[in-house]
Amino acid sequence: MAINMAKITDAIFAVHELEEMADRKLEVNKVHPLVKLVITLAYMILVVSFHKYNLPGLLPFILYPLILLKLSDIPVKACLGKIRGLLPLLLFIGIFNPIFDSAPYVYIAGIGISGGIISMVTLFLKGMYCISASFLLIATTGIDGICYALRLLHIPNILVTQFLLTYRYITVLMAEANGVYQAYSLRAPGEKGVKYKIWGSLIGQLLLRSIDRAGNLYESMLLRGFNGEFAYIKKTKAQGRDYAFLSLWLGIFAVLYFGIKILI
Amino acid sequence: MHMADALIAPAVAATMYAASGVTTAYSIKKVRFENDPKKIPTMGIMSAFVFATQMINFTIPGTGSSGHLCGGLLLSILLGPYAGFLSMVSVLLIQCLLFADGGLLALGANIWNMAFYGCFVGYLLIYRPLTKKTMNRTKIMLASVLGSVISLQLGAFSVTLETLFSGITALSFGQFLALMQPIHLAIGTVEGLITGTVVIFLYNTRPELLRKDAPEGKFSYKKVMVILGVTVLLIGGGLSLAASSNPDGLEWSIEKMTGSTEMNAKDNYADTVQSAAKVQEKTALLPDYAFPDSNSPAGTSFSGIFGAAIVAAVTVGCCVLFKMFRKKDSTT
Repeated sequence: MAINMAKITDAIFAVHELEEMADRKLEVNKVHPLVKLVITLAYMILVVSFHKYNLPGLLPFILYPLILLKLSDIPVKACLGKIRGLLPLLLFIGIFNPIFDSAPYVYIAGIGISGGIISMVTLFLKGMYCISASFLLIATTGIDGICYALRLLHIPNILVTQFLLTYRYITVLMAEANGVYQAYSLRAPGEKGVKYKIWGSLIGQLLLRSIDRAGNLYESMLLRGFNGEFAYIKKTKAQGRDYAFLSLWLGIFAVLYFGIKILI
Repeated sequence: MHMADALIAPAVAATMYAASGVTTAYSIKKVRFENDPKKIPTMGIMSAFVFATQMINFTIPGTGSSGHLCGGLLLSILLGPYAGFLSMVSVLLIQCLLFADGGLLALGANIWNMAFYGCFVGYLLIYRPLTKKTMNRTKIMLASVLGSVISLQLGAFSVTLETLFSGITALSFGQFLALMQPIHLAIGTVEGLITGTVVIFLYNTRPELLRKDAPEGKFSYKKVMVILGVTVLLIGGGLSLAASSNPDGLEWSIEKMTGSTEMNAKDNYADTVQSAAKVQEKTALLPDYAFPDSNSPAGTSFSGIFGAAIVAAVTVGCCVLFKMFRKKDSTT
């Protein structure tokens, strides 16, 4: 079949897989969501703040994703799968660096390495680190946990509720879109995508169904006593071990960041 | 068009977060003001719909390739610009958290590049004025394509600026722009065509979904000026700090060719050029974007804000003059 339906089914699978990972009862999963969010953001800010030629400074920061992968018992392959999606973009931007920045920046064993090559590698590393950190956050916390952390940060309820609803319905609507797409592709063998003539009616039908579903959803929510606020997860307070986890990681980041600056 | 975390410097990320944050806060206020309890579930479902639809490939007529929907303009047409913007924020957050499309640090930039332009420029400034008085198939299609193309061009332009301010790419401003804009012209056209066909379908089957009978909010110059003022302060004051440490694209090219960021006149016009430079030096209020004889970063920030304020004052002055002349014309 020419139309690639795997894209939608893969996405549905990815959402369920992440939920299963987040639901496990591992120690790292039990850490307070806000603590994990703060650590992830601190890590990302430090990683992207490195200068494009500062490759030695960036290298030790691989420790965080490696240790968290081990703690969360997540296969490296799953993490690499996320990075794969980013590669074309990084390649598009990074490939020009060695071409336009060809002056030797450093000599290793007499071989001159251009600034462009170093900046391309740091770009790839930054991308890889940030994607891994973001993936590990969501795989150990889950969307419910992230929403809870966002509410603790006083992000308006309207935005968080809307986001949570979107999340809960993406799999339903992706399954519906998949059904429509599958039905079309079975009637249009050899087509690469949906034909121009039926762009409007195909998406329009799906849209009308979604609008009706929104009406039903709202009525069901009202019947269950929806008052504008979701009960996300059982509300937890950060405990001693959460603060210890936070202090430990922030300490490691500080040592790596300033230690490298002193050494180099 | 999703910016990745690796492509953005912390200063640029923070500036874009601030700009998107202000827009989000304003949109939340507007949606709250509507006080429609059904709106939030509808927004949730519509965001999920756009997300699911983005996965469908559409064959582009006459070519062997396919495109897909982005959704900002469509969401604004269905929900209004403010609710549409918030729904796009959800879509972008889901893409970033679940599918590694974009990044957490770059989220502010992505919201600005994809949601802001689509909802507030594409819909509010282009689609709505074009279809406000009369709505027909041609107008819907024209407004959708125009709205999408302009939104995507602005979005691509912003990506270029953000990447360059972050100092990530060795490409010059012109080279990067030449890569980004044509690609997004094609993407914008396809996006517009998909949006147009869907809206025409709705126009034929459920026109009540497109005609909002709710009274229009009164246009407030004061609010617009406050938003513009905050944006000017953020961009002028914040981004100028990030921009000042490196030469810009043009200066970079000149530096590569001549070894200096400024051109030296060597031809017959040398005297004229030098005289002009002297006049400029004497009259410039803030030479080289700083206080005279000072390298303080405060001077750079001040220059950014001051320059933007002058541009704003001139623009407002022109608008006032234009309005006065128009009034005169209508009275005669």
